[in-house]
Amino acid sequence: MVWSDMLTMVERNLLQYVRIPQLLIFSTIQPVMFLLLFTYVFGGAIRSGGSYIDFLLPGILVQTAVFGAMQTGIGLAIDLTKGLIDRFRSLPMARSSVLTGRTAADTMRNVFVVLLMLAVGYAIGFRIHGTISDAMTAFAILLLFGFAFSWVSACVGLLVRNIETAQVAGFIWVFPLVFASSVFVPVETMPNWLAAFAELNPVTVTVDAVRALLLGSGDVASRAGGAWAALAYAAGIVALFSPVAVYLYRRDV
Amino acid sequence: MSVASVSVRNLRKSFGEIQAVRDVSFDVEKGTVLGLLGPNGAGKTTTIRMLTTLLEPDGGTASVEGHDVLTHPDEVRRIIGLAGQYAAVDENLTGWENLSMVGRLYHLSRADANERAVELLEHFDLSDAADRRLATYSGGMRRRLDLAASLVGRPSVLFLDEPTTGLDPQSRLALWQSIRELVSEGTTVLLTTQYLEEADRLSDRVVVIDKGVVIEEGTPEDLKSKVGVDVLEIRIAHISEVNKAAAALRSTGAAEVKVDFALNQLSMPLESMGMLPKAVRALDVAHVEIDDLAVRQPTLDEVFLKLTGHHAESTV
Repeated sequence: MVWSDMLTMVERNLLQYVRIPQLLIFSTIQPVMFLLLFTYVFGGAIRSGGSYIDFLLPGILVQTAVFGAMQTGIGLAIDLTKGLIDRFRSLPMARSSVLTGRTAADTMRNVFVVLLMLAVGYAIGFRIHGTISDAMTAFAILLLFGFAFSWVSACVGLLVRNIETAQVAGFIWVFPLVFASSVFVPVETMPNWLAAFAELNPVTVTVDAVRALLLGSGDVASRAGGAWAALAYAAGIVALFSPVAVYLYRRDV
Repeated sequence: MSVASVSVRNLRKSFGEIQAVRDVSFDVEKGTVLGLLGPNGAGKTTTIRMLTTLLEPDGGTASVEGHDVLTHPDEVRRIIGLAGQYAAVDENLTGWENLSMVGRLYHLSRADANERAVELLEHFDLSDAADRRLATYSGGMRRRLDLAASLVGRPSVLFLDEPTTGLDPQSRLALWQSIRELVSEGTTVLLTTQYLEEADRLSDRVVVIDKGVVIEEGTPEDLKSKVGVDVLEIRIAHISEVNKAAAALRSTGAAEVKVDFALNQLSMPLESMGMLPKAVRALDVAHVEIDDLAVRQPTLDEVFLKLTGHHAESTV
């Protein structure tokens, strides 16, 4: 029952992209703009050691996954304000499936957006230098990281219970994480106090792992170490935030 | 002996300082309609939300078909339907997709859920709009789909929270008809309303609540005999004749004659229908020219004034 309810909810959440394709198009325009602006506006000024597009694209992919995760909280806030959550709560369905169905659907949407970003990246000169299996691992890390952030985003959406606030609140926690990281620039170029934060930032850990896997940099051991660290971070975030989201969902107001 | 489908005893719920429901008790007999009547903020919706397992009561007990809402919410959810103010439908999906989704969440097979969706769309006259997104539906169509969604699981008890608020008169009549059909098929219905007329036309019994407390309970007839009666409103052609008109109406033995100078209007309670021709004759004899004449039911506000001595003010 838990499984079939979750699939029904996944289907419902994905169907909206079939009915209103604009939703998907708008969620891809933003990361494409970031990619083009950073490559052509800042790219010349940023010293990343090597081709900037090769440095930037793995970061943009992680950023895309995190921005995509923000939709989870916004979607839940929409369902709450429209009264849909009330309908679901009055049905004999597994209560967790509203949350798992939403985070799973948002992860699937991330598959599409990440593949699209990869295609745009290829068009402007990005190349995968690592092995196929490393690239697959990078892809899995990306999706798991987006999934983990979906749970953080779910907590935000369930806390604020308001569509506009969910959007604004999303940017407040997402922007510092994404910019104070190795997405756009090497952490070493930051002032010490910020670099210290950026080193610990889960976004940095994930970007570094994905970048090493896609570019084939470093040795096998360091790539594996980076991948495990990123996976541990993602698993930790899920373990921490999914019970909170479930609690917030069950709490009645 | 009659069987209670819904049984509520001393239900309580507070939100912080606000006591939304202080002490509510009532029974709904199987296969009947109970109208929960009260102004905004009286505690109607909070009561419905507790009965449909959306909200946990602070105190008291409530059961639906013998299942306690607090200890056996899953059993309750299997046999209830909820529609109205606080239940909703997915704007981004079509009417058919909405109903089919709800069917699968009731654990019907995909084929059964689809079949049930088609059946309900037909029944609520929405077949033509089945494949349109809800964003294109009118208010009345949306409300019908909402009601259809609440019926997917063939509930034995249906909760309707202000089902006709905001509907045009035609859609309201159509919805009343649907509710009557359901009841004739054996469904128990608990509906909340702010309209005395709605409670009167649909309910077997009416519970009036105010500020979280039941202040009156009975059949619509009981209620009407208590709070009076229909009101005769007469608009006169010339305001100069107002005193003559008032005197004429008083001569019929009316308990109270009210004058509204702004509207050129006089009103009096009709203790019996026999008083209507009496009043008209008295005005005719007094040579008062009548512009318009109407008989209306007392408003909720008048009911409340009678029952509680205060106006039906909203507490939120």
